[in-house]
Amino acid sequence: MLGLGKKDTSLLLVVVALTMLAPFILNPFPSDSAMAQFNAGYPDLMQRFVIFGIFAIGFNILFGLTGYLSFGHAAFLGVGSYSAVWMFKLLSMNILPAIILSVIIAGLFSLIIGWVSLRRTGIYFSILTLAFAQMSFALAYSVLTPLTNGETGLQVNLDDPRVLGVSATADGSIPVTNLFGLEMRAAYDMAVGPWTFTFSAGYYVCALVMIAAFYLSIRIFRSPFGMMLRAIKSNQTRMNYTGLNPKPYTLAAFVISGMYAGLAGGLMASMDPLAGAERMQWTASGEVVLMTILGGVGTLIGPVLGAGLIKYFENIFSKINDTVLHSWFAFLPDGIEDFFVSIIHPFVGKGWHLTLGLMFMLVVTFLPGGLVEGGQRIAKAFRKKEDDKPKSPSTEPAE
Amino acid sequence: MSKTNLTRRGVLKSGAVAGAGVALPTIFTASSAAAYTNEPTGASVTLGFNVPQTGAYADEGADELRAYELAVEHLNGGGDGGMLNTFSSKELKGDGILGKKVEFVTGDTQTKSDAARASAKSMIEKDGAVMITGGSSSGVAIAVQGLCQEAGVIFMAGLTHSNDTTGKDKKANGFRHFFNGYMSAAALAPVLKGLYGDDRKAYHLTADYTWGWTQQESIAAATEAMGWETVNNVLTPLASTDFSSYIAPVLNSGADVLVLNHYGGNMVNSLTNAVQFGLREAQANGKNFEIVVPLFSRLMARGAGENIKGIVGSTNWHWSLQDEGSKAFVKSFGTKYGFPPSQAAHTTYCQTLLYADACQRAGTFNPCGVGEALEGFEFDGLGNGKTLYRADDHQCFKDVLVVKGKENPTSEFDLLEVVEVTPAAQVTYDPEHPMFAGGQLGSCNAG
Repeated sequence: MLGLGKKDTSLLLVVVALTMLAPFILNPFPSDSAMAQFNAGYPDLMQRFVIFGIFAIGFNILFGLTGYLSFGHAAFLGVGSYSAVWMFKLLSMNILPAIILSVIIAGLFSLIIGWVSLRRTGIYFSILTLAFAQMSFALAYSVLTPLTNGETGLQVNLDDPRVLGVSATADGSIPVTNLFGLEMRAAYDMAVGPWTFTFSAGYYVCALVMIAAFYLSIRIFRSPFGMMLRAIKSNQTRMNYTGLNPKPYTLAAFVISGMYAGLAGGLMASMDPLAGAERMQWTASGEVVLMTILGGVGTLIGPVLGAGLIKYFENIFSKINDTVLHSWFAFLPDGIEDFFVSIIHPFVGKGWHLTLGLMFMLVVTFLPGGLVEGGQRIAKAFRKKEDDKPKSPSTEPAE
Repeated sequence: MSKTNLTRRGVLKSGAVAGAGVALPTIFTASSAAAYTNEPTGASVTLGFNVPQTGAYADEGADELRAYELAVEHLNGGGDGGMLNTFSSKELKGDGILGKKVEFVTGDTQTKSDAARASAKSMIEKDGAVMITGGSSSGVAIAVQGLCQEAGVIFMAGLTHSNDTTGKDKKANGFRHFFNGYMSAAALAPVLKGLYGDDRKAYHLTADYTWGWTQQESIAAATEAMGWETVNNVLTPLASTDFSSYIAPVLNSGADVLVLNHYGGNMVNSLTNAVQFGLREAQANGKNFEIVVPLFSRLMARGAGENIKGIVGSTNWHWSLQDEGSKAFVKSFGTKYGFPPSQAAHTTYCQTLLYADACQRAGTFNPCGVGEALEGFEFDGLGNGKTLYRADDHQCFKDVLVVKGKENPTSEFDLLEVVEVTPAAQVTYDPEHPMFAGGQLGSCNAG
């Protein structure tokens, strides 16, 4: 289907099913139960899941295929966000022109940075991209304040021109971002017994974009171009000797992944029209590296899983405070309750980084292929049991 | 993988069935019955406390959180009631707000606009918070204030001192109890004149973001009006930890006063650097070299240690104040946590009480009703004397304290002494003052 092999088609269908049914999957607990703390099915977080999924998919095209580790990808995300917010300020609150502009600007920006950085490989390339990203961050943070509004972040205001829209709505507030009239913040709550599922327009727009981005990435992975990128990763010298110039391929991969980042940035600004400089900081660049490695470098679905896991930790674990802990262990006698709370305390709330760090350590040590490898091992364990039964001998094609 | 037969008709059929299945429960739910965002329908109401738990302002954030918990305890009738007993409005009875028990959720702003907005959004969308409060940086406060305006909930600003919060970035749903850069300048200028004379040359080091810029602008304007000269203004990144390279040129610049527009960890480091470079003993233009820190807090004074002695600045509130409200607050905070509260704790505690009281008076949690109740509200007994929540820009007007680092502290908390209490009238400005102009409140948004 759609020019994909059977395996890829089923993977795409799985991703489609997961994203479309996310409001159900992410809200498994009744909304008034104690476990509701772990529900992640509210619009903002679901949007973040898919937006960072797009970011990580794009990053994986560069890192997973060519092996070039960019430490400055957040710069493209930031540039995308700023472009989108400027479109909201100047043109209209429709997200389409904003997203298109953010992809274009991020593409141009990555062309310049890539053209310079790709003169070097390995660690030198990483350092160059890191330097460029930090430069962009510093510029956005202070020097370019008229353009970026510095540390406060660029926001839409009541007195912005918005030539194709309105500066302010009839009741005197800032218009909200929309797609041809469909408001991004529009949401619909569906109550089924004790459960509440929220369907947000913004989330479904992001999800559709992510499915398209995912499809495109499958096509790139399976194309001759993708094969060439893999060749660069496995042995660039050999490629040179066969008379192929790897530079145009790496630059194309770099620009494509930069445009993915710009798309993510534009979507982020469309969901919440604010662009902050810290989106470009090196920690944000490091985060996407973590997402990709955690999920599985070079796999199709890995980066999306990694992005989801990290955002889940950041938004859910960081909100478990001592009061919540005490309510969990309230059934225990006082002394034991305090003991349990004090043991768990460092790992939740502001200590969520610690939990994430431990998790990352375990994954890298025991599952070098990331979560995808974990999934494969589980699948294999199940398959082995089936294999115990005698089967008709099958013929394997020779290598 | 087993072979699947996808026919056009089959897909359409199953799609229609699935669609009907999803749509079915909607018949039974009344769509959007709530009158405003997160209208509390149960026996409790949820407030969102969004403070920095990590980053440069984590100390302030931790103290704010303590104050919030204390405020919730008092609102629910626990503890000794604190400032509820001294508050001029007697609407709150210790049975929650409008009879609903007060519950709260917390989040970490990480002192970043993005993270702060994400955290506030999750409180509004997931936890159903009807009011967001907190923030220990003006950049964050402005970003979250914008979000609350869009989402249709009230934002009660915590520690934010930039003129912009209630100036060009003011919002109808946002309210600030804390004072601002202009007020600091207006209160400090006469004191500085009395201490150091009217013929001084000032050198500014300024944190490079909205708060630093507006405070520097205010201080420069106020000191220049009394005859001082501003030699130079150098912007320093918020993330800096070592200020030696910024301090070194100060001595040869011809300046004889150094103004540190820094807060929190920044101020502790820059002041320490300045003292290490011998600025305090230095002479310039035949006068003693002086250092001024326009915005002070006890937490910073503790961080700076010995270096703070004799340095002049301003503060919103100090625990050594002897009015009934302050004494009651210090007592209940001290009983619960074992040490006196900081100005950050005080302002967040007051904001929670003010919000609760406004709901009670308005008889609703609707942001528009609450906003109306807060606008033009005059109150007393919260530690700052008579205070007005001005309707034009949602800024509180109250007395400002000018403080000095104590020469002989008696305890690790007794670090500042109050030099002068500047009356509210002296720090009041016109809402259309050039430093605050350019923004509009807009209309209140109830979601």
